Amino acid sequence: MSTTTVLKAKSANYTPKLIGSNRAYYLFVLPGLISFALVAGGAFLYNLYLSFTKWPGYGKPEWIGFGNYANLLKDQTFWASFLHAFEFILAMSLIPTFVGLLFAAIIYDFISRYFGQRVSTFLRISFYLPQIIALPVTGILWSWLLSPNIGAINSILRNVGLEKFALNWLGQAGSAIFALSVMMVWIQVGYTIIIFVAGMSRIDPSFDEAAQLDGATWWQRFRVITVPQVYPELSIVLLTTTVAALKVFGPVFVMTQGGPGNATQVPAMYSYFNFFSTQKVGYGAAVATVLALLLTVLAIFLLRFQRKIGASR
Amino acid sequence: MSTVKPLRFPLRKKEILQKRNGAAPWLVLGGMLAAVALWLFPIYIAVINAFKPEKEYVQGGVLTLPKHLEFTKIVKFWNDVDFSQKLFNSIKISLSVSIIAVVLSFLTAYAIGIGRIKGRLSILGFFMVAFTLPQEALVYPMYKMAKQLNLYDTHLGLIIIFGVMNTGFGTYMLASVLSTFPEEILESARIDGASPFKIMRSIVLPLVRPTLFVLAVMFFIYTWNEFLIPLVLLASNENQTVTLAMAVTTGQYTSDPTARAAAALVGITPSVIFFLIFQRTLMRGITVGSVK
Repeated sequence: MSTTTVLKAKSANYTPKLIGSNRAYYLFVLPGLISFALVAGGAFLYNLYLSFTKWPGYGKPEWIGFGNYANLLKDQTFWASFLHAFEFILAMSLIPTFVGLLFAAIIYDFISRYFGQRVSTFLRISFYLPQIIALPVTGILWSWLLSPNIGAINSILRNVGLEKFALNWLGQAGSAIFALSVMMVWIQVGYTIIIFVAGMSRIDPSFDEAAQLDGATWWQRFRVITVPQVYPELSIVLLTTTVAALKVFGPVFVMTQGGPGNATQVPAMYSYFNFFSTQKVGYGAAVATVLALLLTVLAIFLLRFQRKIGASR
Repeated sequence: MSTVKPLRFPLRKKEILQKRNGAAPWLVLGGMLAAVALWLFPIYIAVINAFKPEKEYVQGGVLTLPKHLEFTKIVKFWNDVDFSQKLFNSIKISLSVSIIAVVLSFLTAYAIGIGRIKGRLSILGFFMVAFTLPQEALVYPMYKMAKQLNLYDTHLGLIIIFGVMNTGFGTYMLASVLSTFPEEILESARIDGASPFKIMRSIVLPLVRPTLFVLAVMFFIYTWNEFLIPLVLLASNENQTVTLAMAVTTGQYTSDPTARAAAALVGITPSVIFFLIFQRTLMRGITVGSVK
């Protein structure tokens, strides 16, 4: 139900009777709120402050106002990194959403119906595995698959006579972003499948049965019944994965560190690079702040959007 | 009136299978199994090469199955990184984070979902916005703060950070579950004069215990897989987590592919075992966290 229920409950269940005991409940919110404000809020404000300074990480930060932000506007790498983050929306959000929706429908409509729960559970677990493997391990697995000389992918290509397609996948600008995208799809699909299968189990089976009696094909039922019925899940998946794509760090860090050159540079990686490699802490903080503001706007949009869906149902 | 929804991963309950007429169901199954094979391929490659003797690898490359099984690379990796110690560190940190985050989330969500305190919308919005923030935007300040508080290179520093950071998502999820709690039960308890603490302990807590467990499992595996903040905060070798050890030691194995495979296999195993044990629980949690 997420926030929508909490929001709706506001007016519906507000009874004056509770006011007396209401105050005591504030005590329960304090530990979480205070510690969260100190750790996350403190770090965020500290980062905001640093973004207005010039600082190599030691000594006293020098206040330079909007200097870092002015430089960002002229920084090619900064713009390129945001462009790449937007490109990764395709690999982390749009393609996994589409594939996940299709696979979930197949698992729910076909596999569990004809072959039972065990088979469908096996499928779900297999697709979900990449989600629980820690990214450094994923990095080892994939950099090795993609390795130009000993990699499994190039070995297969050579075995079937497609030698000319055996590229140095992570070594060239064009193929690096493509290879990274394939890995991201591999990681993300498990998440979307799980959410969509859960959504589909909510659909009233009589819709499907009626449509089947009327002779609708599976594809027609998928388009007209399944997709509209999982609309809430669809919007949540699209929005959360888009947020994840914009702040992507791990997959890039473990595979390319933003390279070759800046071909796969993303904002989170770029700010990390400024923090810890070039020691331009103030500048890195400015990059992080821009990213954080962008994501905050998206989060507010997400909250609003969810509320709207809640209200219309 | 709403009731507490049982948190079960929903699938068809009745195992009455439809008749498999014609080839269509088999074709669909075949297609899905092919897709699964593709998905498991990277793991398969790591597994077959982890046990492959050096000689066979040099002769046959990555794709061939090993004729003899060799465990030396795995044992060597385990000993080189002192994997038992890393396992202990990871379990200690993840478990502590789970407990702290669940307790904090539950208390906050109780005030929001059951207490319906004023301003709960803003509080929830604050948590929601904060957990959308990229960790990278917070990592440098956290690094500096940890140094000032003498928490740099300690497990306690990590436990505090993750314990608190996970409260954002935990509150969000638990508040939505608790807000569907049957009002009549709470009302009658209040009329009987039960204090908020009493209501929490004897009515709400026993009913949502399974949900708290789901949350704890999620926090455990999320913390297990974290690597950016541990990378920045943990300097010394003996403090490293499993995931961090995987991130920093594998660079040494670029020239030894089968050792890399062995490392990957050792690194995957704990989380895969944990996942297989708790997969139902985890999937319930993921779905509750999204829409319903």
